[in-house]
Amino acid sequence: MSPADSSAAPATAPKHAPAHHPDAHPAHEGPLGIAPAGTVHVSHDHHELGFIRKYIFSVDHKVIAIQFMLTGLFFLVLGGLFAMAIRHQVAWPWKPIPGMGLLFPETGGVISPEFYTMLFTMHGTIMIFFVIIPLLTGAFGNFLIPLMVGAPDMAFPKLNMFGYWAMIPAIFFAILGFFVEGGAAAAGWTAYPPLSTILSAAPGSLNGQTCWLMALTWVGVSSMMGAVNYVTTIVKMRAPGLTMMRLPLSIWGLFISALLQLFALPVLTAASILQLLDRTLHTGFFTPSNLLVNSVRPEAFQSAGTAAIDAASGGHPLLWQHLFWFYSHPAVYIMVLPAMGFASDILSVHARKPVFGYKPMVYSICAIAGLGFIVWGHHMFTSGMNPALGMSFMVATIMIALPSAVKVFNWIGTLWGSRIHLTSAMLNALAFVSMFIIGGLSGIWMAATPVDIYIHDTYIVVAHFHYVVFAGSVFAIWAGIYHWFPKMFGRQMNETLGKLHFIGSFVFTNGVFYMMHQLGLAGLMRRTADPYTYTTYAHLQECNELITICAFLLFAWQIFFVINFFHSMFWGKRVGRNPWKANTLEWDAPSPPGHGNFDRELAVYRGPYEFGSPEVAEDYLPQTRKLGDGAGKPAPAHAHH
Amino acid sequence: MSQATLAPHAGAHGHHGHKADAAAYDPAVDAPAEHHPIFDYDSGPPVERGKFAIWLFLATEVMFFTGLIGTYIILRTGSAAWPNPEERLAVDITAFNTFVLIISSWLMVRALQAAQKGDRAGILKWLGATILGGALFVGIQVYEYIELYKHGNWPNVDIFWSTFYAMTGFHGLHVVVGVIWLICAWFGAARGRYTAQNYMGLELAGLYWHFVDLVWVLLFTIVYLF
Repeated sequence: MSPADSSAAPATAPKHAPAHHPDAHPAHEGPLGIAPAGTVHVSHDHHELGFIRKYIFSVDHKVIAIQFMLTGLFFLVLGGLFAMAIRHQVAWPWKPIPGMGLLFPETGGVISPEFYTMLFTMHGTIMIFFVIIPLLTGAFGNFLIPLMVGAPDMAFPKLNMFGYWAMIPAIFFAILGFFVEGGAAAAGWTAYPPLSTILSAAPGSLNGQTCWLMALTWVGVSSMMGAVNYVTTIVKMRAPGLTMMRLPLSIWGLFISALLQLFALPVLTAASILQLLDRTLHTGFFTPSNLLVNSVRPEAFQSAGTAAIDAASGGHPLLWQHLFWFYSHPAVYIMVLPAMGFASDILSVHARKPVFGYKPMVYSICAIAGLGFIVWGHHMFTSGMNPALGMSFMVATIMIALPSAVKVFNWIGTLWGSRIHLTSAMLNALAFVSMFIIGGLSGIWMAATPVDIYIHDTYIVVAHFHYVVFAGSVFAIWAGIYHWFPKMFGRQMNETLGKLHFIGSFVFTNGVFYMMHQLGLAGLMRRTADPYTYTTYAHLQECNELITICAFLLFAWQIFFVINFFHSMFWGKRVGRNPWKANTLEWDAPSPPGHGNFDRELAVYRGPYEFGSPEVAEDYLPQTRKLGDGAGKPAPAHAHH
Repeated sequence: MSQATLAPHAGAHGHHGHKADAAAYDPAVDAPAEHHPIFDYDSGPPVERGKFAIWLFLATEVMFFTGLIGTYIILRTGSAAWPNPEERLAVDITAFNTFVLIISSWLMVRALQAAQKGDRAGILKWLGATILGGALFVGIQVYEYIELYKHGNWPNVDIFWSTFYAMTGFHGLHVVVGVIWLICAWFGAARGRYTAQNYMGLELAGLYWHFVDLVWVLLFTIVYLF
């Protein structure tokens, strides 16, 4: 994998070089009695599998990807419902939610303060660990990696299956939390101790927090299995000629985020196991030994005499914050790097132009990931920190703006003077870029410690990360679904419904999150069930009502996506292998690809973004296409002409 | 050259020569399907996929123990006082246990050497000895835990015992997993799974075993000796 020779013709032939090179002869010359063009055998799946083997216990990366996708979309609805309940409470505190009185007759549909904390805790947890990460890495990672590197499947298909099945106990524990005594976890998705470790600190800390930790550990196991598989597949199973520097940027995003998972996630696993021990065995990793809660010593160290406490002090609540954010800040990049990759690919294909500055794009992905490991402290500026350390975290955080800006300018450079086709996929990708700019810019000045201390835990933080994760990653996921749906199901999604879905989603997303900046600057705190008890904030209620109405409309608007998704899955317009006239390898396979993905051997001759190449009549030049009379002449690699 | 005004059809660029057919390129037509295509590509560094993956897995394990050891270092250096480990733990017995684990690592190397020679009896002998070493280590650790428990030293007593049990306990779990893995490998060897040409499964188990050994040397040093 030498990045330098990216312009050379494939140096490595397939291990067992075939007597007949697939690209060397026109169709009718095939010596092996190949079926005539048009009746090409699509599937190698000669042994038919039953429904259970095929769709439930599948080892096929495409089926596992769709399992992850449907699970993620289901949880997107569930997490969205939680968000609606949160918004209802913030707009109209203590008013019953219409219709909820029927489901919860004992409360009449009114959200209690305790339930409100459970709602925002589980909203964050579900959206991050059960929606965004599984959709980006589980669904798209699984679907795209083997197809885009030209492999028949993942390196370890069975491990891949276990990766999905590890999500089942995670889902079980996440749901179970709502049904145990005390209710679901209520310490925020960050689970800061002592609120999370002391059983009497909150109703949700009685049992729900234990379920939360179990769920998180299982999600971690799932991600770990996935990440090992993704990295091995990308490094070891690329088609001949597909050097690392010829990989599509989607694969680069998924590759680097898999590395982030490998190196950051185990620390969170260790931390959540320690918190689990604090809660069950009453160890005291995160509990100071002299802590009193309601004049009572907490569970930790209760059996010890005072002598033991003097001999060794207790634990540190801050330690959890460090361990947690050591993972969860890189997790932010796990949630955005693949999305950046999808946006790059989709912008290039639908603007019919090479990605501007491919190599800087790759290096900036790596730089974002590298810097992502040394900025976690910016979540803790108000937690108590040596100012010199705070300064270091601040500088490192602001430095992330550099590679992020490289990416943004390169996206704009890609679009500059191009022929933009405003497909649903393209619209969502454009929305990703524009809203990532808003979320990214607020991140830069938020990183400055003096600013952060003022705005910490206000709605401006909520606005910031929703602009990145919802307006950014979710729009990129939508773009990815519109773009790769034809490859997944062999049918195209409806463009009219897609555009309708996009317009409403774009308007209402900004309607929801943009004004949160203003609320935050006015000082409105997040995670308060009724902020208007403080008269300072009473005048902000009207703004919150408008936001809530936008949120309801945003949620309701998704019906167009749901209808489009399921209708197109069965009755959408049938398409061929390459409906977008794209260059990357997945479009070389049948739509949908059969078992084993490809029906011909692959050799890669160039980078993934050869649009408008002067060497061919068409405006696109697939990576696998060997130019007949140009044989031996090195094909141009990518954007550099 | 400027990319700004690219037409969908590159007719204007015809003077660059080498123009393909005017008909749109379709891989299904222009590059026909193979009946028996070979996709066993290998693009990466010259290590087997399994070995590559086990190194990635060991990297995650390193980070897992980094989390635990980092916790220990922070809590210990942040404490006003820390008890002398020699007063609380039986360092001599554990030193012997450390020796057992290191020897078992050497036995594992011998088992792999036997596999490379295709010596099945040798694999069974050396691997069996490795398993016994691992089992002895776990046995001594369980004995240690029981004795500590009898004296009322349990994880919820103070932060010393919390960190002690977390670190040695998770290492112990890894040893148990390793012993089970080696037992599976032993039965595999008995059925002739490893040959002089293919001993990958044994090598992977060995890599994991050496990692577990290495972590223990680190833990023994910081928990028992300092």
